[in-house]
Amino acid sequence: MKHTPLHDQHVALGAKMVDFGGWDMPLAYGSQIEEHHQVRRDAGMFDVSHMTVVDITGPQARDYLRRLLANDVDRLAAPGKALYSCMLDEQGGVIDDLIVYHLDVDRYRMVINAATTDKDLAWMRRQAEGFDVDLKVRDDLAMIAVQGPTARERVHRVLGGEAERVADLKPFFMAELGEMAVARTGYTGEDGYEIMLPAGAAADFWQRLLDAGVKPCGLGARDTLRLEAGMNLYGADMDETVTPLESGLAWTVAFEPADRDFIGRAALERQLAEGVGRKLVGLVLEDRGVLRNHQPVLVNGAVAGEITSGSFSPTLGRAIALARVPADTGDSVEVQMRGKTHRARVVKPPFVRHGKALI
Amino acid sequence: MSNIPQELRYTETHEWIRLEEDGTLTVGITDHAQELLGDIVFVELPEEGEECAAGDDVAVVESVKAASDVYAPVTGEVVAINTKLTDTPELINQDPYGEGWIFRVKPMDPEDYDELMDADAYQELISEE
Repeated sequence: MKHTPLHDQHVALGAKMVDFGGWDMPLAYGSQIEEHHQVRRDAGMFDVSHMTVVDITGPQARDYLRRLLANDVDRLAAPGKALYSCMLDEQGGVIDDLIVYHLDVDRYRMVINAATTDKDLAWMRRQAEGFDVDLKVRDDLAMIAVQGPTARERVHRVLGGEAERVADLKPFFMAELGEMAVARTGYTGEDGYEIMLPAGAAADFWQRLLDAGVKPCGLGARDTLRLEAGMNLYGADMDETVTPLESGLAWTVAFEPADRDFIGRAALERQLAEGVGRKLVGLVLEDRGVLRNHQPVLVNGAVAGEITSGSFSPTLGRAIALARVPADTGDSVEVQMRGKTHRARVVKPPFVRHGKALI
Repeated sequence: MSNIPQELRYTETHEWIRLEEDGTLTVGITDHAQELLGDIVFVELPEEGEECAAGDDVAVVESVKAASDVYAPVTGEVVAINTKLTDTPELINQDPYGEGWIFRVKPMDPEDYDELMDADAYQELISEE
């Protein structure tokens, strides 16, 4: 099993470790619900070094990414700006979702999912043929996400004199501090940073964050936080068998300008013309119990959809889910749970943002 | 390491059983089971007076991670349930052998208790997992 540069730290902190896409990762250090609340109320940190960082450089880096991604990197006029996008196949199916940062002229950085890395890189290399572009996997970097209402000020304390160079960062911007890169992004619905730094410096930085009062949090809390924030998880909420238009991600597809020929465009335009039959919605369980992935969703008494991500929301104290249902589904459905049907309310995610319930 | 009190009996499905002075059996899930489940957020209790056969699923314990059935260790009648778990299911995580008990059953045949696994046998079972 693969280890991140922070593996020893997790073991020393007594984390319960699990296999996550071939990586030995912390599920929780103690109670995952307490870790969840820690991020909503104060500051927590996640080792996300298992994710893959790819630097894309060269005179045609921009042209390449405008072809590769469903969102348009020309929206990244300002250096340092980040963009969320899907990478699609010719049928409009989602190969992966990712963040791309515009570091500088001819220089971009992409963060892709750990479990999809091999197929992503094979696809990206194939699509790079004919473009004057260089792809470099930065497995020399570790990545730590520090999230929560007090996360930024605690990171500033650790950065000391360097802090002033990131303190003014707007949301979804990144700044490079020598070999370190600090981005005001995340996967929790809270403010905070994602910090990339040389693998050899990760353990020391992690310790300094601990000393600054940032609590370690595992993948368990990361999942309930992102679900409350209404953020999709690749492999659960979308994959190659669905398009972004069926996944609550239409906002991430840049159809304008009309002459940008990104991979999957024709398939998405066809789907739009024919009508998108399904949509991804949020569900809140009215009864007690916990919604789970793959539970059938009933509309007007017949099975019509499925839960793609279901869990217990620690902030709301009840079960929530993302579900794929017919496009004309109204504001109430039923879910089959352990042989019984239970009523659920259909809502528009996010469920929670910046510590506040939105539903 | 999980705590396995010597004075209790156990099942292969990770329930613990305590013989009370009145001959009823108190049932909960073991420290090992709650550790595997993680944070427990919901418990579905049986009803008082419900008849059960050994091996029936009579309660459900749901954590953030997974749902797990709780089985009746013996045939009998449910005579008490821990209603505190409705609002504070985390008692099972905090005190699995005490405040986290789930239900109490009056066995039809008191000798069924003697058939249950002792602490050493349960220790052996979980070390094989």
